[in-house]
Amino acid sequence: MTDFQPAIRAEALESLLIEKGLLDPAAVDRVIEQFNDRTGPMNGARVVARAWTDADFKERLLHEGSLAVEEYAFEGGQIDKLVVVANTGLVHNLVVCTLCSCYPWALLGLPPKWYKDPSYRARSVREPRAVLQEFGVALAASTDVRVWDSSAEIRYMVLPQQPPEWVGLEQADLAHRITRDSMIGVGLLSA
Amino acid sequence: MNGVHDLGGRHGFGAIDYDTSEEVFHDRWEAVVFAITNRALASGVAKNVDHFRHSVERIDPVSYLSDTYYGRWLGGVETLLVEAGVLRSEDITQRAVERGADREARVAARPSGHTWQDDTPRSQSAARRGVVTAKFSVGDMVTTRNLNPSGHTRLPSYARGACGCVVAEHGAWVLPDANAHGRGEQPETLYTIAFEGSELWGDTTEPCVSVRLDLFESYLESRYLEAK
Repeated sequence: MTDFQPAIRAEALESLLIEKGLLDPAAVDRVIEQFNDRTGPMNGARVVARAWTDADFKERLLHEGSLAVEEYAFEGGQIDKLVVVANTGLVHNLVVCTLCSCYPWALLGLPPKWYKDPSYRARSVREPRAVLQEFGVALAASTDVRVWDSSAEIRYMVLPQQPPEWVGLEQADLAHRITRDSMIGVGLLSA
Repeated sequence: MNGVHDLGGRHGFGAIDYDTSEEVFHDRWEAVVFAITNRALASGVAKNVDHFRHSVERIDPVSYLSDTYYGRWLGGVETLLVEAGVLRSEDITQRAVERGADREARVAARPSGHTWQDDTPRSQSAARRGVVTAKFSVGDMVTTRNLNPSGHTRLPSYARGACGCVVAEHGAWVLPDANAHGRGEQPETLYTIAFEGSELWGDTTEPCVSVRLDLFESYLESRYLEAK
């Protein structure tokens, strides 16, 4: 870019901090590499794929999320407590943070722009069904829609429903099919 | 604070702007802001994540809505860098102008005489297990208090004075309302409270909808307190 004023000001700040020896010139590249290569929704997808194929792991994940994923040692932002909530035929979960943009970075990477925009933050608590419609998710009127507004240091991730056609597939294959949106709760998975 | 950041339930923002091809960082400057914020948290310019979140809440409200996510972070971290005496606003503006910025451009940062009151040790996690006893139990009905602090809080305005049910108890956690302002950690029990849509949105609620919030004990009172 750009003549976007915050962009120019950010790089002005960067140059001043580097001159003062307060910012490592390589720090920006490290951040880009971290979140492009190592921390992203592929981490959450591995966890979901395992939960679908390993009933003991699924039970641990739903009861003690942080302990269940500890062995993965995912990088990219500590999660003080992870709570994983399961979508079923009766319950649909949706994650938001209305006060800022809290998100389970270590499992899903940095949040997409729409998650941080005022529209999603304003509307998802008031009219989650209308928001879900915009994402192409149509739910039965009787489905119990639960919106999780991440107002403290607990981070939420949705365990999406596994399409029946995917039963029997290998974990690695499953992980490739699992979308970020399904783990936020704004997408459903289908074969 | 009753700031523009407190967006839950607001009308008028229109459709979700969904972009399927989006990248993690849309442009390098976003990663610059991310790296500077990491550095601010590691160096103590941002004392803790609550202090940083509140710095973002304090930025210019027009910038909050116009500058995108990393522009908001920029406003917050610049505020803290200036308040900590690391940089001066006029030097940042001068450098930005040299790099092509408009001298009259709106600046998100709002540094003030906002002083830090103590030096609470920094810690990795906000969980403080076992230091307080829980007043409420799963299944209790509670009402949120009508709190309007000028400082940081994590009780959204849309859920004030609302009745909900305790669905989880999470032990003791650092209270952001205190920790953001250097008033120590003041750990309190944290609960997940489920609110029915009709309790929050009245007749305009959608059917079969509930909202769950993680709320600190001092935000809550017993539903039946007044009846007793």
